[in-house]
Amino acid sequence: MSAVLPLSVQRAVRQRSHWTDRVAHAALLAIVAALVVFLALPLATILAKAMQDSDEHFVGLANFASYLRTPALLQSFVNSVWVSLLVTAVAVPMAFCFAYALARSCIPGKGVFRTIALIPLLAPTLLSAISLIYWFGNQGVARGVIRALGFENIYGAPGVVVAECFYVFPHALMILVSALALADARLYEAARALGTSRRRTFFTITLPGAKYGLISAALVCFTLVMTDFGIPKVIGGDFNMLATDVFKLVIGQQDFQRGAVVGLLLLTPAVLTFGVDWLVQRKQTAMLSARAIPYAPSPSRGFDALMLAYACIVSALMLAMLGMAIFASLATYWPYNLTPTLKHYVLGLVDAEVGPAFTSSFQLAAGTAFFGTIVVFTGAYMLEKTRGMEALRPVVRMLAMLPMAVPGLVLGLGYIFFFNAPGNPLSGLYQTMTLLIVCTIVHFYTTGHLTAVTALKALDAEFEAVSASLKVPFFTTFRRVTLPICTPTLVDIARYFFVNAMTTISAVVFLYSPETKTASIAILRLDEAGEAGAAAACCILITAASTVATLLFMAAGAWIGRRTQAWRRPAKS
Amino acid sequence: MDDYLRLQGIRKSFGSFQALRDIDLTVSRGEFVCFLGPSGCGKTTLLRIIAGLETQTGGRILQGERDISLLPPAQRDYGIVFQSYALFPNLSVADNVGYGLVNRRDSKASIVARVDELLRLVGLPGSGARFPAQLSGGQQQRIALARALATAPNLLLLDEPLSALDALERVRLRQEIRSLQQKLGVTTIMVTHDQEEALSVADRIVVMNQGVIEQVGTPLEIYRDPATPFVADFVGKINVLSGRLRPGRDLRIGSSRFACERDTDHEREVKVYLRPEDVLARPIAAGDPNVFDGSIDKIEFLGSYCLVRVNAESIGSEPLTVYLSLNYLAEQGLSVGSRLPFKVLPERMRFF
Repeated sequence: MSAVLPLSVQRAVRQRSHWTDRVAHAALLAIVAALVVFLALPLATILAKAMQDSDEHFVGLANFASYLRTPALLQSFVNSVWVSLLVTAVAVPMAFCFAYALARSCIPGKGVFRTIALIPLLAPTLLSAISLIYWFGNQGVARGVIRALGFENIYGAPGVVVAECFYVFPHALMILVSALALADARLYEAARALGTSRRRTFFTITLPGAKYGLISAALVCFTLVMTDFGIPKVIGGDFNMLATDVFKLVIGQQDFQRGAVVGLLLLTPAVLTFGVDWLVQRKQTAMLSARAIPYAPSPSRGFDALMLAYACIVSALMLAMLGMAIFASLATYWPYNLTPTLKHYVLGLVDAEVGPAFTSSFQLAAGTAFFGTIVVFTGAYMLEKTRGMEALRPVVRMLAMLPMAVPGLVLGLGYIFFFNAPGNPLSGLYQTMTLLIVCTIVHFYTTGHLTAVTALKALDAEFEAVSASLKVPFFTTFRRVTLPICTPTLVDIARYFFVNAMTTISAVVFLYSPETKTASIAILRLDEAGEAGAAAACCILITAASTVATLLFMAAGAWIGRRTQAWRRPAKS
Repeated sequence: MDDYLRLQGIRKSFGSFQALRDIDLTVSRGEFVCFLGPSGCGKTTLLRIIAGLETQTGGRILQGERDISLLPPAQRDYGIVFQSYALFPNLSVADNVGYGLVNRRDSKASIVARVDELLRLVGLPGSGARFPAQLSGGQQQRIALARALATAPNLLLLDEPLSALDALERVRLRQEIRSLQQKLGVTTIMVTHDQEEALSVADRIVVMNQGVIEQVGTPLEIYRDPATPFVADFVGKINVLSGRLRPGRDLRIGSSRFACERDTDHEREVKVYLRPEDVLARPIAAGDPNVFDGSIDKIEFLGSYCLVRVNAESIGSEPLTVYLSLNYLAEQGLSVGSRLPFKVLPERMRFF
C-alpha cells in the first residue's frame, strides 16, 4: 500500500510540544547562546584579528607572512615544539612506570604514593619552577649539580623542561592508571596457562592494551607544555616560547594582530591532538567487554621491590619540590639566613597584595564551582534527557567538547579581543570578576560536562517517559530523582572547578584588573618583583587552600552520600 | 464491545528504513492485546508511538473520541511499564507508586490509602517503606505495574515487561497481570516476542513482521488458522511439506495420497503446514484414510510429552515432527528405529 501513496501525502508529522517541553527548549537555547557568546565568538575573533591589520582592514594571511619573517618569533615556535616533545618523551614513560607500579604490582602504600604523585594538581603550575630555582638557581642549594651536568645555569630550557615534567606528570599518570586498570584478567590467565613469559606477556598484552592510554597521555602532555605560560615565565629567562610570546605581544606591545597569529599557532596542535584523542577514545570504549574480569596482581618479590624503589624515588622528587617551596617560604633571607619565620606569609598577606588576591581567588573558585556546576549539570541534563530540538543537540554537544581543545591562554586572548572591543555591548564585563568566573567555567567546561553526561547516561533512559505518562513535568523528576541520585557527581564537578579555579593562570592572566587579581597571578608579580620568598609563600598558601578545599569537598560528599544514598545500601535482613 | 483505540495508516520511517508501514488496528475497550513478533519487527516502535514517545511519520491515532496523534505524552491517557521497570531507585516503594498522585495535588491521606490499595492489588502489601533495590525482579515489576495503574489510566501499555525475569517468575507474573487486567477492565497492550506468553494471556494477538501486521486474531485463531506462512512458522512448531494439489480434493505428498478439504481447478504445487499435534499416532482403525507409515529417528524428551522426529519415505525425504505422550511410547514399547502408522486430520491441514 505505502509504495503507491503519492509523496505529497507523506508530509512530516510533528508532535505538539507540551509547555514543559518548551521550558526545556528555552533552557537548551540559553546554554547554546551562552556557549556561543562566551566560547565560539571569542575564538572567532582571534581568527578575525589574525587576518586584519591594526586598522581592522582585512589583509588575508599578511600577518602570518610577517610572523614567519620574524626570526625571533619563529625561534619561539621551534623552542616550544622541541621542549614539548622532550617533556613528553621523559614524562610519559616515567608516569607509565609509576602507573604500572600502582596498577600491576603488590607494593604497599599505593594510596600514599598516588596521593603524593597527584599533589601537583593542587598547586599552581609554577610551584615546580619556583622550587627548581631554590634548588638549582644561582643561589640554590644544589647549584653545583647543574654545572657538573654541563649546563651554565638552570634558567632557560633545562629549567623549563624539568619543571614541565613535574607539572604534566600527574595528568599523564591519571590517564595511564585508568588505562592499566582496564585489564581483563582472563587474557593474563590464558597467557599463563600457555606458559608465556612475563616479558612476552608485557609486550603482547599489557602494552597493546594500554596503547590508547599512552597515546592519550602523550597528546595531553604535549598540549599542556605547548600552551603553559607560568613555568616559562618564571624560569625561562630569555628562552622564549609561544605562550610567553603571546603575552609579550598582546600585553607588552599591544600587537594584537601578531598575538592572534601566535594564538592560532597554539590552538592548532591542541585542536589536532584533541581530534586524534577523540578518535582514539572511541576505539578504546569498544575494547573492553562487559564480561571482562578485573585483573588483580599477584605478589612477586623482585619485581615488587623494584617497583617500590621506583615509586619511592619519584615520590621523593615530588616531595622535594613541594618541600623546597615550603622551606623557602619559611626562610628569613635566602640563602643567607635560613632561620624559620612566618615573615613572608605575614608580609605577603598584609603588605603586598596577596591578601586581597586571596579573597579574589576564593571568589573566583567559589563562583566557578557554584555557577559552573549548575550550568554544566543543567546543560548536560537538557542535552541528554529532554525531547525535541533534535537539530540543536549535536551543536550543543560539539560546543561542550570544544573547550578541551582550547588552551586557557588562547581563550583569554579571545576574551580580550571580544570583550574589550569598543562596540561590544558586553564590554562592561571586561576585567570584572563575573567575566573571570565565566571564562574559568568555559575553560574547564568539558571535563565537568563529560562527568555529568556519564552520570546521567547511567540513569534509566525511561525515567522521563514514565514521568510524562504520570503527568509529572520533567523538572519535578529532575528535582526528586535525578538530582538526588547525582549529588556525588555534583560534588565531584564542584571540587574540580574549585581547585582548577584556585590554581589557574593561563586564561585569567589576560583578564584581571587590580581589583580582581587572583593569588595565582600574584605569584607571577611577586616573582617579577624579586620577592621570591613571598612568591613561594603564596604558592604554598594556594596549595594548602586547594588541599583543604578538596578535603572539605570529600567530607561534604561523604556526608551528602550518607544522607541521600541510603537506597544504594542493601536491606538489613 | 466498543472500539477504544484506533490506529489508522500508521507509518514510521527512520531515514530510508521503513519501520512501520500502514498499520491499521482497532482495540476494543477492556481488551488485552499482544503485539507479537521477532525483534526488529516494529512492535515496540508501534507501542512507543501510541505512548507518544516516538512520533509517527504519518497516520492517525484515536483514543476514545480523542485524536491523540499529535499530543505529547503528558496529554495522553495511559500508564506504561518498561522492560527495565524504570523505578526511581532513590524513592521508596510507596513514593514510587504515589509518584503520579502527588502531582495531582491529592490529599496526603488519600494518597496513602491509594498506595496501600495498589500494593495490595499487586500482592505486595506492607512493602511501601522499602527501596526498589531491596526487591526481587518480579517484585520490582509488580511495583512498576502499581505505579502505572495508580492514576487509573484507561490504557495500560506494557513493553516486554517480563523478559528480564526468570522462567518461573515469568509464568506466574503473566497470569497475575492477566487477572489484574480483567479485574480492572483496563484496555491493555503488551509487547512481547514470546509466543507462549502472547497465547496464554491475550484476548487478541497482533502478529507483526518487518513493519507490517501479518495477522490479527484470538490466540486460537492465530494458532489454528495462521493467515500467512510467517505466522504459521513463528507461532508454535510446524511441519512444512511440499505437495501437489489436484482437482477433487486430492493431495499428493511424496508417493502418498491424502484426502483434504481444499479443492482446486487445476493441479498445482502447494506447501502443506501441519502442527506436530495434527499428526496422530492413535486412534487409527484399519482402512482409515490419510494414514502413512514412519520410523522413529530421534526422541527429544520434554517431560510428559516427547518431540519425536519421524522419517516417512512415502511422504518424501524431509523428516516430520510429531508429539507423542510418554505413556504411549512406554505402552507401545517404542524407541528409536520403531515403525508405526500415523494419521493426518484433513481439517487441520493449512495450504500456502
